Amino acid sequence: MATEILMPALSPTMEEGTLAKWLVKEGDTVSSGDIMAEIETDKATMEFEAVDEGTIGKILVAEGTEGVKVNTAIAVLLEDGESADDIDTSTPAPEAAQAADAGNEAAPAASEAPAPAPAAPQTDSTPDWPEGTTLKQQTVREALRDGMAEEMRRDDSVFLMGEEVAEYQGAYKISQGMLDEFGAKRVIDTPITEHGFAGIATGAAFGGLRPIVEFMTFNFAMQAIDQIINSAAKTLYMSGGQMGAPMVFRGPNGAAARVGAQHSQDYAAWYMQVPGLKVAMPYSASDYKGLMKTAIRDPNPVIFLENEILYGRSFDVPDLDDYTVPFGKARIWREGSDVTIVSFGIGMSYALAAADQLAEEGISAEVIDLRTLRPMDTDSILKSVMKTNRCVTVEEGWPQGSVGNYISSVIMQQAFDYLDAPVINCTGKDVPMPYAANLEKLALVTTDEVVAAVKQVTYK
Amino acid sequence: MAPRKSTKKPNVSAEELKAYYRDMLLIRRFEEKAGQLYGMGLIGGFCHLYIGQEAVVVGLEAAAEEGDKRITSYRDHGHMLACGMDPNGVMAELTGREGGYSKGKGGSMHMFSKEKHFYGGHGIVAAQVPLGAGLAFADKYKENGRVTFTYFGDGAANQGQVYEAFNMAALWKLPCVFVIENNQYAMGTSQQRSTSSAEIYERGKSFGIPGEAVDGMDVLAVKEAGEKAVAHCRSGDGPYILEIKTYRYRGHSMSDPAKYRTREEVQKMRDERDPIEQVRSLLLTGKHASDEDLKAIDKEIKEIVNDSAEFAKTSPEPAVEELWTDIYATEVPQEA
Repeated sequence: MATEILMPALSPTMEEGTLAKWLVKEGDTVSSGDIMAEIETDKATMEFEAVDEGTIGKILVAEGTEGVKVNTAIAVLLEDGESADDIDTSTPAPEAAQAADAGNEAAPAASEAPAPAPAAPQTDSTPDWPEGTTLKQQTVREALRDGMAEEMRRDDSVFLMGEEVAEYQGAYKISQGMLDEFGAKRVIDTPITEHGFAGIATGAAFGGLRPIVEFMTFNFAMQAIDQIINSAAKTLYMSGGQMGAPMVFRGPNGAAARVGAQHSQDYAAWYMQVPGLKVAMPYSASDYKGLMKTAIRDPNPVIFLENEILYGRSFDVPDLDDYTVPFGKARIWREGSDVTIVSFGIGMSYALAAADQLAEEGISAEVIDLRTLRPMDTDSILKSVMKTNRCVTVEEGWPQGSVGNYISSVIMQQAFDYLDAPVINCTGKDVPMPYAANLEKLALVTTDEVVAAVKQVTYK
Repeated sequence: MAPRKSTKKPNVSAEELKAYYRDMLLIRRFEEKAGQLYGMGLIGGFCHLYIGQEAVVVGLEAAAEEGDKRITSYRDHGHMLACGMDPNGVMAELTGREGGYSKGKGGSMHMFSKEKHFYGGHGIVAAQVPLGAGLAFADKYKENGRVTFTYFGDGAANQGQVYEAFNMAALWKLPCVFVIENNQYAMGTSQQRSTSSAEIYERGKSFGIPGEAVDGMDVLAVKEAGEKAVAHCRSGDGPYILEIKTYRYRGHSMSDPAKYRTREEVQKMRDERDPIEQVRSLLLTGKHASDEDLKAIDKEIKEIVNDSAEFAKTSPEPAVEELWTDIYATEVPQEA
């Protein structure tokens, strides 16, 4: 049967082109791979090859013709034994036309699909541990190590890799003692090569293991962010659900003290933006432990943002065999009626200190610790704002595109009528972190700024 | 070192030779059809064809055992067909349809098959190299004796993460064959203009990784080199590098006019070194197959490819609900 040769689309954006030159003429025999014509696209002049073998029966579009639409028949190819007289040129190209229609139909349907943000979890205000549970004082450092070690005892496929995690016992001593307990097969010192080992760990997760990757700090993870986002976060989707990367990327994030601009960045807002990732940023030791255990068991890549200044702080930790904290459940640290202060990670220290100070001045603040940023417990925020009618967010990261900006927009869209004042975002200043002690203090968010913001929204 | 040629009297049966012919021809015809469907607007975006490089994957698959893994870049259709993935599923992914390997959500550059141990299909040049080393890391951890084939191009060989992966793979003796498919052009930049040394396989030397160059237009040479590399990895001696000198006949992607090389250069390669023609001539001159035998194979392949195109055109577009699925897993996927 005679085959129509159609004007090809030769780039992702081409809709029409110029048939610059025919390199075959009627009666020529062509076989697959032979160059038949030169076609000018929107980008370049391309050679157009034959796919099937046969004889050029008729050239339908003369060379030099401009504006030839994609899928227009430009020539007819005859198979053995056919003659040019058999050609019927009235047949349009049906397949491509159908495909285009199908594409158009899909577009409006997609816009009716559900909103992009994952549905907020139902507010769950059950306490993290049952009443009467024995509590012990533990530092964040110890709680983190216990969380990892418990999960490594539970599951042989969990292993820890990173710079100085094994023999050095951890650059910040988080993995102290773990090499002794689990051996060099499961507590692995890597060379200083973040991009490489983040990729190897992601490959190991594809291959059925549950890696915990320690970045000495998240500043260095910028070298590895392609593997974290393009490989770890997107593969489940790109593979239609066939394979993904169950793993944890963890390490200290944000400012430490006097380490300058390249070692002091808060990445909360960056990672929070990425579908396919989960993001935890705990404040207290019990949350470090409980969320770490949940993160390791989670079948998705989890970004676990820690804080060096918090490592040495002690908190109550429940003395339970298997203490976990679910993702997407905020903790209300302090109930109040005049204003809602929302924070996470080290921002909680400013939020809680401000609430103490405000209480002395007769202002009652409700303080919410988000604990995880993706999923984010926006229900708890909304519920609180509907009660207090005012909100201040607190974080150390930069102001433009901050976590607080997102929270503000959620409140504005879902509780606008409840607001008695604009939401204020207390953030780090819009500057690279300075080294000088006085300037560094100014660059970070402060308790006084939180207090001032609360007074502003409460008109006090 | 001159690229490895196949030994004079290849230790290969007529049946094996016919199978290589068939497998390479399937890739060639499949890719030609994909090019055609692209021209008709049925395949969108980027589409990187494998035509000319068929002997690389077919030769190496002949050296692989069940359970071995493979991972590659965006020029991935050939790898998938060679490891036994269904042409219908691959073609339907190219057209973005429900019947595609990724339900239409991955496209030409992003396909996977747990069943065939094919780990993608990666669009960021060289990102698959540490990932492949990581798959090998998992196999070593599990002590299961498996080997991973990590494919990348001469262009990717200039990315830093390749050497980060080489270092750790050698340090930890990971069972990984690093396969450099040197098709001589990193998109439009020839190896001479992009790469300081002519012999890329030698770049493993500083990490203690043995390597060799192989004639990638000769499927038997590729198989022979593959067997040696696999044996090295499987015996616990760590990674191995194969620089397979090959050639792509088509542009980098469908929209590449390929003005950086002459038409004569491409034609010469097609006329003198074509991997499929070489096997065809071996079959005919050795009287391992008749013209009729080969015609029957051609016909079978044509049917498979036409069926795949038909399937890819008629498979429906994914349901709109698919936009919101597979973002998060609810349970850990089990390793096949």
